[in-house]
This record gives sequence, structure tokens and C-alpha cells, in this order.
Amino acid sequence: MILNSAFLQNAAGAFSWATVALFLQRAIVQGIPLLYGSTGEILTEKSGNLNLGIPGIMYIGGISGVIGAFLYENSLPSRDAINPALAILIPMLCSVLGSLLAGLLYCFLTVSLRANQNVTGLALTTFGVGFGNFFGASLVKLTGSEVPSVALSATSAFFKKSLPFAGKLGNFGTVFFSYGFMTYMAIIIAVVAAFVLKKTRTGLHLRAVGENPATADAAGINVNRYKYVFTCLGSVIAGFGGLYYVMDYACGVWSNEGFGDRGWLAIALVIFCIWRSNWGILGSILFGGLYIVYLFVPGSLSTQELYKMLPYVVTLIVLIITSARKKRENLPPASLGLSYFREDR
Amino acid sequence: MADNNKPVMTENESGKKVHEPLFHITKKAAIPWQKAWAVRIGSVVAALIVCALVTMLLVHKDPIKIYGTMLSGAFGTSRRIWNLLQGIAMLLCVSLAVTPAFKMRFWNIGGEGQVLIGGLATAACMILLGDKIPNALLIVVMLISSLAAGAIWGLIPAVFKAKWNTNETLFTLMMNYVATQLVAYFVNVWEVPKGSGKIGIINQATRAGWLPVIGKYDYLLNIIVVFVLTFVLYAYLKYSKHGYEIAVVGESENTARYIGINVKKVILRTMILSGAVCGLTGFLLVGSTNHTVTTTIAGGRGFTAIMVSWLAKFNPIFMILTSALLVILEKGAGEIATVYGLNKSFSDILTGIILFFIIGSEFFINYTINFRKAHKEGK
Repeated sequence: MILNSAFLQNAAGAFSWATVALFLQRAIVQGIPLLYGSTGEILTEKSGNLNLGIPGIMYIGGISGVIGAFLYENSLPSRDAINPALAILIPMLCSVLGSLLAGLLYCFLTVSLRANQNVTGLALTTFGVGFGNFFGASLVKLTGSEVPSVALSATSAFFKKSLPFAGKLGNFGTVFFSYGFMTYMAIIIAVVAAFVLKKTRTGLHLRAVGENPATADAAGINVNRYKYVFTCLGSVIAGFGGLYYVMDYACGVWSNEGFGDRGWLAIALVIFCIWRSNWGILGSILFGGLYIVYLFVPGSLSTQELYKMLPYVVTLIVLIITSARKKRENLPPASLGLSYFREDR
Repeated sequence: MADNNKPVMTENESGKKVHEPLFHITKKAAIPWQKAWAVRIGSVVAALIVCALVTMLLVHKDPIKIYGTMLSGAFGTSRRIWNLLQGIAMLLCVSLAVTPAFKMRFWNIGGEGQVLIGGLATAACMILLGDKIPNALLIVVMLISSLAAGAIWGLIPAVFKAKWNTNETLFTLMMNYVATQLVAYFVNVWEVPKGSGKIGIINQATRAGWLPVIGKYDYLLNIIVVFVLTFVLYAYLKYSKHGYEIAVVGESENTARYIGINVKKVILRTMILSGAVCGLTGFLLVGSTNHTVTTTIAGGRGFTAIMVSWLAKFNPIFMILTSALLVILEKGAGEIATVYGLNKSFSDILTGIILFFIIGSEFFINYTINFRKAHKEGK
């Protein structure tokens, strides 16, 4: 953990607005990777694909960005020669490329070759997590460079750059303005995704594909195209979650297994916000808070482990309640997890 | 009709322009099993070639040598062979557990959690009851409590599935992490020594609750148990009334209801079975293999088992082969990683590549691609 837990432990006893502001800020920082992951997965699931490869794709998105940034930083004569635009664009493009290829692979197998989605997704997660950890640990050796480890502090500095006046606004500045650009990007993407899903024709068609592909097909919607486009788009967005994690949260230092189970937590968030990415913004902050609440409440190490269970328990409760109430708009897309065979009818 | 292929304009009899796709896909009638397995083996061979290419790019050694290293990693010494067999047995056991549920189209991806909770129950008995009751009785209590714990963990999602049709994939997935955190909690409660953050070997001095060792072979008991279980489950699925009911519910719930099968009862019963066998895996892992419990004791087997089961077409006998394939690969790739100084995760990459190939190959078993026939001019 990057955060200064000793300080937080001390702060936990006494209530102060500064502690609340700090808690909120840490919760948001924790929540952003989940928000990227869940927004991506919502778009994917709305097309009827239950992509359990999202945890792997987030690793791939992260490590692809790291590889890009690593190669760029090492090609420079000195750290000072780094170009801000390139330092941000290269990792982002690499991340997009990595996650896009992973998404395409998933689509090719499940949509074109009609393979089982659960099996394909889990295989992709195995592959992706392995890919991330392998290159994270072996990058230095494979490229034969002289640096001791992958620490992209120069690149990370550009990702973390917050608005200049953030520090002058006290607690308000801490909560709202102390983040790098990818935080705001995540929120914008989530809002746009919610708008597209709810208000546009494209979103209507996409939902139709996820609910009942045969009907959508009969209405002249190109089912496969929608599945491909939105699953790949979802992968790219989820991949940004991995990139945000290494470049912003972890200050450009790749550590194996550092990303942990956040990918699965992102899938939990999809259920928690009942397939609405705008609700996912608040949900991600709540999940982020639940993820770190153990640092702020007094208690032994063992009870802290129980606090870490909270996000999953809360998700289970939401899953049960929505399925019991059976309100159409709160249920998972009806054809979620099923491949569409047009010739099957 | 075209799906995502570029349509081509041709003229039909009435002179109207119609779209004619480049190809269309039709379902095959069942093909002989020899042919199906030829396709699968072909895909594994193709995957192995790709794996060799990837490995060559990374370590710059000739592929024969790489495969030699892999084989020696899996079969090199008798110790390695025992490890390999133990690995296969444990993966196979979880795969057997999830199979009845899959046949019923109940996606139990909570094997990980069910194994963990079974292991936790076993460890709890060993820690709390060790030395207090006779060893034989202790082992029986351990067995029963692990089966019960796994069964309950499997039953919870099944209850909600049966009552409200709650999505079981997502439910069982979440249950994994609840189980992980429970184990993490108890590991902290029972840690030895205090502050170490782990339990260590339980009852190392008294060996209370350790499963008996057959001959000198530590893992032989596990292997025999799982081997027997494979054939029992095969018979259960193939020849028993329960197995038949599972198959009917899996094919079509409406048909099952129509012929008077109580679908809810079948779902609950099958998930109790599935969870209990996962619990048994936890029992074997804690009682016999590791003698301790950690959050990573299931080691991702709950997820890998899904692929093992699916690749074998839910046939327990074939699962021996598919689980062997994955474990040999894992051990072999692990050896490559050690010998050439690469990270251990290398095996995950190779496993992923092989899985993608096998998953893709199913298409060519189940479907045929019909290309557009050439049209005669001026028809």
C-alpha cells in the first residue's frame, strides 16, 4: 500500500474534517480503477457478453502502458529530455492497443467462433494476469537495460499532475482537485457511457442486442457488429483502469500481484450499480471507501480482514434484492452469457 | 445472410439484386468422436508450436531443448512425478466437483471459495479439537465438517437461483472473496507465532488430524481418493437417476418440468454435491498435502477446473487427460522459467495460449463453413 497507514491510524482516533477529506480522497483514488473496469464491463455486458476476462484485460492494459513508457524513457538520453505529450500519449496508445487486441481475441472466440463465454473469459484472465506479471518482472532482463527495476517516475509525474490551484483550496481542493487527468477522464467516460446507453439510438440498439439478439437481428440491427464494437470498446476502457493503477496510483512502479483482485471487484461493481455507469461513479467511491475503511477504523488486524469482505457482501445483497424484485430495468441483460447463433432459430 | 462479411451483389432468377454472403455457417450433425478428438489434438499441437515460438523469441534457445526442459520439469525426478500426480489429482478433484453443476447449466465458478471454506473447516477442527479427541474420530469430524462447509457454500447461491433465478455466475464469484476474507480473518486469529500473519504447520509435534500416509508416499492417499471419485462420479452422471435428471435440466428446464422433474430440487441437490466435493478437496489439501491453511491454498484451481471440465466435455474420464495436460504444462513452464531466469507467470501465458486454441477448435467440431458457390453467368 502506498498510503501512509501509520499516519492514518493515528488520525483515526480523532475526528476532523481533514481526516474526512483525506478518506474521501483516498476512496476516490481507490475507486477509479474499479470505475474504469466497471464502465467497460457494463458496455460489454449490455451487448450480451459476460466478459470474465476483464481482470486479465486490466492487467494487459496496465502492462502494455508500462512497456511503452519503459521503452520510451530508456530511449531518451536523459530524464530531462522527456516530452510531456509523448510521455502521456505513448503509454495510453500502448494500453489501448494491448486491451484492444485482448478484446478482439475474446470477440473472435465468443462471437465469431461461438465459444463458451465463461471459459473464454477465464482463460483470458489467466493469460492476462500471467502476461502482466511476466512482463512486469522480466521487462528489465528481456530488454537488457541497465536500470535495476521498472520505476517510471518521470512518466508517472505527468499522469499525476493535478490542477495547480488544488493545494490552495484546503479540504475542498483535496477532495475535488487533487487528482491526475485520468481520474476526471474516468468520470467523464462513465457519464458519457450512461448517456449513450440511455438516450441515444446506438444505446437502444445495444441494449436490444443484449436483451434479445434474435429480435434485434429481425429489426435489422447488425448483432455481431454491436457485440464486437462494444466489447472491444469496453476492453479498452477497462484497460485504462490498469494503466491508471500503475501510472497514477502506484507512481509508475509495477509490482506483481499489486493490482490484486480489483478486476473482480470491478465486476462486482457492475452488479452493485445495476448496469448503470453513472451510478458506478458513486458506487466506485463507496467501494474504494470500503476497500480502505479498515485503515481508518480502530481494530485489530483480524477484524480488518472482515472489513475487506464488505464490498463483496454488499454486492451479494444487491444481487439478491434486484433478482427478488424482478424489475426489468434492474436485471442483468436477458441474453447475458449466451452466444447468438442466428442459424439456431 | 451475411453477418459481418462484406455482402456481394448477385442477380437472382427474377433479376432483382440480392445480397449473397461470402460464406455461411451451419451446425454439423454429430461427428464421430475419433474425428472430434483428432481436431482437439491437432489444436493442442498447433498451440504447442505457437508456445515454442513464443518461448524461442524470449529465451533464444532451440525449441527441442525447450520441450526437453519442460518434460524434465514435469517428469525429471521421482519427486517431481509425485508432485505432478498430486497436482493433477487436486485439480481433477475440483473439476469433478464443478462438473455436475455445469451439466445442469449452473455456472458454479465458486469452486475456489468452496475449496477454501472446506479447508478452513478442516483446519478449524485440527486446531480446536486436536489432542482433545482420538485421532480417528478427529479425522471423521474433519471430513464431515469440510463436506458440510463446502456444501453450504454451494447451497447458498443455489437457494437464490432456485427461488429468484439470481445470476449464479456472479453470485458464486462473489462468494469466493467472502470465503477468502473469512480465511484471512481466521488466519489472523489463529496465527502462530503471534504477528507472523500465518498459521504455519498445524499440530506439527502431535500430528493430530494429519491424514494417514500410505507406505512412504505422502500424496498417494489423495491420488487414490480422487481416482476412485472419478469413476464414482462418472457412474453417477451416466447411470443414476440423479445423473439423468441433471442432464435433462441442463438441456431444457421446460422439458424437465414437463416430464415431472422437480427442477428446484435438482438444482439444490446438485449444488450440495458440487460444494461438498469442493469441500473434500479442501479437506485433502489441508489434512494431507499442506497441513496448514492460507488464502491461496486453492491456488486458482476453482477457475482452472472450469476449463478442465469444459475441455473434457463434462466427461470425468476425459478430465483425467485435460487436467494432466494443464498441470504438466504448468510444471513444465515453471521449469523453463527457473532454468532461463524468467518469471514464474510464464506458465500462465503458455496455459492461456493453449486454452485459446482448444476453445477455438470447438468451432470446427460443431460447425461447418459453407463458402459461396460460383454463379454461372447469364443464368
